[in-house]
Amino acid sequence: MNLLNLFGKKTFPRGIHPEGFKEETHDHQARRLPFPAQIILPLSQNIGKPAIPIVHMGQHVRRGELIARADGFMSVPLHASVSGTIKKIDLVPSARGDKEQAIIIQTSLSSTQTHHHGDYQDFEKMSPQALVQAVQDTGMVGLGGASFPTHVKMKIPDDCTIDTIIINGCECEPFLTTDHRIMLEQISFMLRGIRIAMKAVDAPRAIIGVEDNKLNVLEAIRPHLPADDSITIEAVVTKYPQGAEKMLVYSLLGKEIPSGKLPSSIGVAIFNVATLAAIGELLPQRQGLIERIITITGDNLNKPGNYMVPLGTPLSHILKHAEFTGNEAELILGGPMMGMPASFLDTPVKKGTGAVLVLDKRATKRDDVLPCIKCSQCLQVCPINLNPSELGMLATKRKYDVMEEQYHLNDCFECGCCSYVCPSNIPLVQHFRIAKTLNRERHRMEVA
Amino acid sequence: MVVLGIVLAIILAIANKKLFVYEDPRIDQVDEMLPQAQCGACGVPGCRPFAEAVVNRVKPPSACTVNTPEGNQDIASFMGIDMGETEKVVARLACAGGTHVAYTRAKYQGLQSCQAAAAVSGGGKGCNWGCLGLADCADVCDFDAIFMDEYGLPIVIEDKCTACNDCIVICPKDLFSLQPVSHKLFVACKSLDEGDIAEAECEVACTACEKCVVDAPEGLIEIKNNLAVIDFKKYDEITVDRLPIERCPTGAIVWIDSQLGTTRSSVGKAARQSTRTESLPQA
Repeated sequence: MNLLNLFGKKTFPRGIHPEGFKEETHDHQARRLPFPAQIILPLSQNIGKPAIPIVHMGQHVRRGELIARADGFMSVPLHASVSGTIKKIDLVPSARGDKEQAIIIQTSLSSTQTHHHGDYQDFEKMSPQALVQAVQDTGMVGLGGASFPTHVKMKIPDDCTIDTIIINGCECEPFLTTDHRIMLEQISFMLRGIRIAMKAVDAPRAIIGVEDNKLNVLEAIRPHLPADDSITIEAVVTKYPQGAEKMLVYSLLGKEIPSGKLPSSIGVAIFNVATLAAIGELLPQRQGLIERIITITGDNLNKPGNYMVPLGTPLSHILKHAEFTGNEAELILGGPMMGMPASFLDTPVKKGTGAVLVLDKRATKRDDVLPCIKCSQCLQVCPINLNPSELGMLATKRKYDVMEEQYHLNDCFECGCCSYVCPSNIPLVQHFRIAKTLNRERHRMEVA
Repeated sequence: MVVLGIVLAIILAIANKKLFVYEDPRIDQVDEMLPQAQCGACGVPGCRPFAEAVVNRVKPPSACTVNTPEGNQDIASFMGIDMGETEKVVARLACAGGTHVAYTRAKYQGLQSCQAAAAVSGGGKGCNWGCLGLADCADVCDFDAIFMDEYGLPIVIEDKCTACNDCIVICPKDLFSLQPVSHKLFVACKSLDEGDIAEAECEVACTACEKCVVDAPEGLIEIKNNLAVIDFKKYDEITVDRLPIERCPTGAIVWIDSQLGTTRSSVGKAARQSTRTESLPQA
């Protein structure tokens, strides 16, 4: 048990305390941007199979209309995020680097852009199976960044029962404030989403976990909570990576998720606040996920803040409206610790994109990589007890199989704490990502 | 204790006789003559298995590409067999987009390794299929057969290349392939983009204009997914000549000769490229 927990402060051992940088945007109410002239909707916006397009070139679509259906259970459908005409279905560069199929929609300038919706459905009267199907129909994925299809999380294996669902409102990454705004602005949607999730997984109680740098959220939400204590809200210590699944479960419940197992194996299901708020808003109206709140912040911006943008909005459009004044910048989709850099200004906002971070080249300047001096700082911060120093040295020798078999490489969730503290500037997480990619390739070749 | 020792000694003595495996003494001798690079280029997993294969007449001595021809002749004489003929196979890079002809849209700053860059937003190069130029292949090559030229493209020294496969495995863009040196016609591009887009990203990209298809013997070259692909099964050393490269507007299809080096067409943009020595500005 952690010493801090004895004083009533909930947290996990190790981790780091990066500076927050949240003051710039956390008071900005989410505003809308003008619609972009063109929307790029990649078919693969989730972990699992990409959606299958059901529209053709030149077809007119309404905002909210289904344009690609799910390909099996590990897939989610895709909805048009603007009213307009399908320009083409083509390969576009993705944030990962390779090209992927996307539907490109030309926005109708004269359209009122009213959100298309179906008949009202009362979730209280629906069975868990029907709810899982209804969640899949909304096209929902984890909006925290992992893009895991939410309905798959709600489909609990038969041998597990869920006693608690945890709602992740930590937002431990620096700069990000989208979840903070959602917890202040969309309380009723969020609570409805929580009740839908509780019904779908048949859980008696729910805990909202919020980092203690957002205490105004606790004050705002407490009056709305039900009197029977089925939903509670608790503050956890502000620390990175508090918002990681395994860390938050440990902080709130004192339980560890075993290596390689899902949270359901210890009776827990975890959802992001933004995901549940979106479900609470969309599911009763049978609507699809077509827009999300993103934080745009960083250097050389005249109008940083939180913006509600349609999915598929290109980065160049967002930068223009946030009034970017610099020449060069490093663009990161997501937070600075785990986000993906974008190398292309037409990279679209996807379902899992929570922020666009614009960093000055000076802020991201890297010093020379020096040899490991075995200072063990990385061991002291690794939240899952790995040995990043040893793993890093094995990686430079290309001993990727040893890393996986003896040093539990696959448990690493790439939070970046080790790279953050390394005094020799060794890009440890990058080494681990390469190792994981090559190991996956090796396993695939062994199977084939 | 003495009794136990005697009993175990007897068991060992019997086991030595009963479980004895006869091994051709020539295997050890051939193994000693091999270069011990353990590279696997011959198609068996190391030098000793290769020695076994030679002694069992499964492989000719010339299948070892690391050894000198004289060394292989020694093995052949020792075994009293013909050295055999194995055509030299070398690794070739299907990309010609160095920094002087290919555009870079973002600067990559992280770990200087192609594998790392490919995982970070594709490395920032305009072309999604092109060489990233961070020298993973030169690093991994045990024979110093690859060096990086001034435009960040790996150059394979054909004499040193043993076709060991290491560069093929490490390249995140799968640009290397093993080709017999007699295959002189080669498409040095992997871009699947449509003509205009491909050419905007790289001046030496294949634009799938089909001129080489028309000029080559029938069926040799085919356009697949906006890229010219040579069917090496139909490749005949005698009938294939330099004609297909002559009208290539970008110089993506090349003629590789061990003595004369690489030649490409001198029409269109290609003429300008041959004189350009500076890197292109970054976007």
